[in-house]
Amino acid sequence: MTLEWIGVVVYLLHGVLNAANSIVPSAQKIAMAATAGSRDLDATALLLTTQDQVKTTIEVAADYGGSLDVILDDA
Amino acid sequence: MPAAGVVMIIAVLLIVLAVVYYLVSTIVALQRITKNLDDAITGVVGIIEKSAPVDDVVTSINTNLDAGVSLLEGLLVKKAGMEDAVGLVDGLYPGAAGDGFRDFPESKETKAPRISEVYTKGTLTLARLGREAPIAAASPNGPALRNPTYGSLAARGLYPEVRQTRPEAMPRSPVIGTDSPVQYEPSESPGVRKRMPVAAGVAGPPEPEATEGGVVKSGLAFLRRLKNDDR
Repeated sequence: MTLEWIGVVVYLLHGVLNAANSIVPSAQKIAMAATAGSRDLDATALLLTTQDQVKTTIEVAADYGGSLDVILDDA
Repeated sequence: MPAAGVVMIIAVLLIVLAVVYYLVSTIVALQRITKNLDDAITGVVGIIEKSAPVDDVVTSINTNLDAGVSLLEGLLVKKAGMEDAVGLVDGLYPGAAGDGFRDFPESKETKAPRISEVYTKGTLTLARLGREAPIAAASPNGPALRNPTYGSLAARGLYPEVRQTRPEAMPRSPVIGTDSPVQYEPSESPGVRKRMPVAAGVAGPPEPEATEGGVVKSGLAFLRRLKNDDR
């Protein structure tokens, strides 16, 4: 009887080991994806440059618009 | 020790070894999972930290771009009028007239004139901005005013009536050089000729007409004929 229970325990442990081993590649992929995503976001600092550039461009466009508003007659 | 005891001990030993093997393997696998999850957490934290200011920055960019769109739309509608403005946009971006202008909901209902079928983009811009030409106003629903394949001919109509219908009346471009067929005298005033040039081998400039009392003779003859007709 004891040997039978021991066999059941060994079988269950074998299942646990298989499950744990199957999780490892998935966890590795998640870690790689997170690392790659974090690396991709390194470029977000450039958004600050884009922000300044957009602001400058809109200011220039506004200046041009103001000049055109003076130069051209209304429809 | 009896044989059964030895077998029992070996069996128990094998079972314990099997249990130890599975437990140690499971522990190793779980440790690898833990390490990978730690790496994943590090990456996710990096993503969170790096993306934190994105919202504010993108919102600021969108605000500025919105202001630019409002500015340009307002200027275009103010200067070109709603109908021509819609036609201009539709000419540059076919089908965009259906979307209309964001700040002018009524633009969606405006029928876009077929500006792009009448003028090329460059001509269109010059015509609209430089000459205030009523582009496409004549026949928004009729046939195109020009052949799209040879559109440059239609664009002539926008320019002064000098080179369009009578280009033969224009003097030819000068050929310069010491052996040129036409020799030009140097002028003291740029752009002003002392006399019209004459091609080599061609008779010289016409002699001035004879005068009588300061009046050209041919003119006097004309006046005399006119006087006789009055009688």
